[in-house]
This record gives sequence, C-alpha cells and structure tokens, in this order.
Amino acid sequence: MTEISTAQPIDAASAPTSGRRLRAGTQVYMYVSLIIVAAIVVVPLISTALGGFKTLGELRGNPFGLPTEWQWSNYTDIIVSKRYWLQMSNSLIIALLTVFLTLTFGAMAAFCFAHIRFFGTDYLVNYFLIGLMFPAATAILPLYIRIRDLGLIDTYWGVVLPQVAFGMGMSIMLFRNYFRNLPSELFDAAFVDGCGYMRFFWHITLPLSRPIIATVGIISFVGSWNSYIVPLIMLNSESRYPWPLGIMIYRGEFSTEWQLVLAFITLTILPTIIAFFLAQKHIIAGLTAGAVKS
Amino acid sequence: MSANAAPSGNTIAISRRRKRSLTSSKWPVLILFLPPALLLFTVLVILPMGEAAWYSFYNWNGYGSPTQWVGWRNYQLIFRNSAFTQALINNGLIVLASLCVQVPLALWLATMISSRIKGALFFRLIFFLPYVLADVAAGMIWRFVYDGDFGLVAGISHFIGVEPPFWLADRNLAMYAILGVVVWKYFGFHMMLFIAGLQAIDKSVLEAADIDGATGFQKFRLVTLPLLGSTVRLSVFFAVVGSLQLFDMIMPLTGGGPSNSTQTMVTFLYNFGVTRMQVGFGSAVGVVLFVICVTLAFSYKRVFMRND
Repeated sequence: MTEISTAQPIDAASAPTSGRRLRAGTQVYMYVSLIIVAAIVVVPLISTALGGFKTLGELRGNPFGLPTEWQWSNYTDIIVSKRYWLQMSNSLIIALLTVFLTLTFGAMAAFCFAHIRFFGTDYLVNYFLIGLMFPAATAILPLYIRIRDLGLIDTYWGVVLPQVAFGMGMSIMLFRNYFRNLPSELFDAAFVDGCGYMRFFWHITLPLSRPIIATVGIISFVGSWNSYIVPLIMLNSESRYPWPLGIMIYRGEFSTEWQLVLAFITLTILPTIIAFFLAQKHIIAGLTAGAVKS
Repeated sequence: MSANAAPSGNTIAISRRRKRSLTSSKWPVLILFLPPALLLFTVLVILPMGEAAWYSFYNWNGYGSPTQWVGWRNYQLIFRNSAFTQALINNGLIVLASLCVQVPLALWLATMISSRIKGALFFRLIFFLPYVLADVAAGMIWRFVYDGDFGLVAGISHFIGVEPPFWLADRNLAMYAILGVVVWKYFGFHMMLFIAGLQAIDKSVLEAADIDGATGFQKFRLVTLPLLGSTVRLSVFFAVVGSLQLFDMIMPLTGGGPSNSTQTMVTFLYNFGVTRMQVGFGSAVGVVLFVICVTLAFSYKRVFMRND
C-alpha cells in the first residue's frame, strides 16, 4: 500500500470557507440538520452517564431524563474499588509500552529505509507493508501458540509485542515518508561536517520529527487503549485485564443491574473523552491523516 | 586529514571522500536499527500467517505438534457452514451500508461544516467523538440503547405507546441494529476525509461556476462531486477494510447471535476456531480472511484507485 495523493494535511483549527455568505433559510436548515445528528451522537452517551445515577426501577420507567434521586453510590463504589484502577493501570501500562516500542523500532527501521541504499531496500519496505493489509485476527491462533511457546501468555508482553508487530507497517510507512521529505540540504551539510548516521538520527532527524512522532504515537496509543481481541486471547487472569475486557466481565457479573454497568462504562470511557476534548486538534488530525497516509 | 584544513577549492572532492567513508560506515546503523523491527515483524506477523496456512491442513487442538493431516477438509467445512455464509453476507451488508448510508451522510455533513457556518468546529468535534471511543464501549452503550426493558428504545416505545421491540434478540432485525451502530461509530471519521477532500478543491473553480450562474445544487453536482471522486473511493476502501475486521463491537452487542445471524468473519473465526480451540479449522478461516483482505486491497487499489 502506498501513499495516496488525496492525502491532505487536515487542519482542525481553521474552518474552511466556500464563497458567499449563506442565506438565512439555508442556515436554519443546516443548524436543524446538524443539531439532529449531534443529538443522535450525544444522547446515547449522556443517557449512559445519567443512567449510572439512577436506580434500576427508575431506569425502566425513565431512561432519558434526569434522575429523580441521584444515586452517587453507583459511581463512588466503582471509583473506590480496586478493579477499576487495576484495569485502568493495566491498559495504561500496555498502551505506553506499545507506543514506546512502536515509535522506537519504527523510527529506527524507517531511518534506514529513508536514507541508506542497500541491497534489497525496496523489497524490505514492501515486506513491512504486507502487515498493513490484514488484521491481527487472521493469524490469531498461530500467534497464540507462538506467544504460548515463548512463555508470554498472561503477561503484558504477550499483548504488547503482537500489537507492536502489527503496528510496524503503519509506523515505518509514516516515519519513512516524513524522513524522506526532510530537506536534503541538512544531510549534505551534516555529511560535510563529518556527522555519522547515528548522530544524524539522534541530533537532527528526531528533533525535527515531533509532528510525525505525535501522529504515530496517537495512532498506536488509541489502538492499544481500545484494543480487545489481542488481550482477550493472550490474557487469562482478571488482574491483568485492560478495561475493554473489564467491561465485558463486569457486564457478565452484573447483567441484571444495568445502572451499575452504565456507571462502569461511563467511568471507563471518561479518560478517553477528557483526553479527546483536551487534545482534540492533535487527535483528529493524527487519526485521520495517519490513516489516509498509510 | 581534516576537512577544516582543506583548501577551499577542494571541498567537493573532500565531501565526496567523506561520503564514501560514511557509506562504508552504514553497516553499524543497519545492524543496530533494522533487526528489532524486522525480527518482531517476522516472528509475530509473517510466520504466524505462514503457520496458519500450514495448520489449516490439520485437525489439531493446539497441543503437541499437528499430526492429523486432513487435506482440504477444513476449507470444505468452512464453505459448507451456513454461519460462515451468513458472515460473508453480513460483511457485504456492512460495505453496502457504508456505500448507501455512511458516504452520503458523511459527505452531506462535510459540505455543511465546510460552509461558512458558526459552530462548525463544535459539530466536527461532536461527530468525531464516537470514532475515538473503543468499539467495545460503543457496543455496550448501544446494547443499553437497544434494550427493550431498560434502554432508550424501550423509553421511546412506551412514549408512543407500543410494545418495545427487542432488536438484538430478533434474528431478522439484529444485523440492521448493528449496522446502525457501525454508522454511528464511524461516520465522523469518513466526514473528516470529506472535509479534507473539500479543502483540497480549488476555490477558483467554484467561483467560476458562480459567475456562470450555477445554483448551489448544480455547483455541488457538477463541480464538487466529480472532484471528490478520489475521496469517495478512499472512504469506501476504509469501509471495506473496517468491515473485514469488525469484531470488538459485535461481542458486547450480540456475540454473533441470535442463531448466528450477526456473525462477521472475525466473530466466526473466534466463535468456531478460538473458543473451541480448533486450531486447524480456525487457521483455515484465517487464511480465507487473509486471501479476501489481500485480494480486495490489491484489486481495489488497482481498479478504482489507480489514478488517485
């Protein structure tokens, strides 16, 4: 899979414009449409959060509105429970390790592909691009057996390493394109000054690569934070479960008490929503542009 | 010799010599920088895929080594399995829903947000929000929405005074309910693709249409839409790839049921290969999925995206 020429940098900050001012009628029509769609997006989320404050009985009669009596204990019981924090920290550890290795290994390999001509460069690049073409699910059973034989079942590494391996194609692709577009004068200057490849990588390439590091980092963090199938296959102990597995277990345990499940869902997606609103510009640009370019 | 001491007329020759000495020192970098990625990728992506092809000819429970050779039997079993046929149909339905609902919706919203309208950034933010949520969380939220006892669907039904339907428990409705969640979760991503596509359109073309007296709709149909062709093809490509991977969202919603009506290829692989630890059969499903993924990716790029 190669670069697609439609790839445009997505500028999340500036609203694009087209020509003349809009007529009042058109504006009303637009606002009504946008608000209806926004409501369809937001109502399930808000009802989930509010549902967590209700009793089961009230949920049955009044799934939409505000709770008559706010059941704070639904939330506080979960917040003070060990399992919530354990699952969150499991997810965080797995995601941070995944991001770190995806960035390091990807940037290092991409640097070789971008700057050094050696026998078989193009074949090797295409070899990594095979990884972009199929999801981890296709090879999940042999992958499970491999991880088992390596003795990594039920460890963080058993989840991290497959995630890194399947992220390699994306990471190398994005880094290589970026490295190749850095001005070549930098290179010539550094070479004339007797700078070796290693120092060039460390002192010139990496400091100039912050945007692409952010993009690859965001893609692999979001992917790992939300990932379900790899941890589902590789982990057995509940004490190591990341939160998406935790939701499923929790729902299995409290299947008759929707209000608790709703509170649990709300608390587990809260970090994502907060992070999204704080860094929306970077997250939208990273996820969209990254997907388009790889 | 040092470059600093060289007379200025000689710098080209020296830089060339420098370069040569650098090319001879490229090996330490290659030896240090390439192997981690190469090793990890080979051991955990390429080898497992090759092993899947090998295991797929055996009947094996995953312990010891595979000995019971069954030839093409696993593949025959797959294509004779009605749940797999249903999974193929469902994957097709997801692509169809993307073509008929998601692309038009995303394009419509993108044109509105790209026009000079206040609050565009706010709406863009809201519409993208479902995309960053985990599929599992989205599935669980919609399981609540569709719940006929406690969910929003129940609330609406009571409000208009009808018996609440149990969409996820009805084998004729469950897949359509899931298609709704897929569109809800992913339209924001596709909308961003179209916003980027609209930004790339040369404004002078639209101004020329204005001068020629084109109406808003004519401008859209005759100028904007043809120029967005590559974005449409890209958007459909992502929908196809995404449909082939769909798993996380199905598990909390229906798990593939009722009576296999909502299986996708990956849930089929999980329910029939992984949970029963049928490594041979599951690997064969993986190989079929791999072949479909690679064929679609290649032929789609070749046929529809060769000029993009």
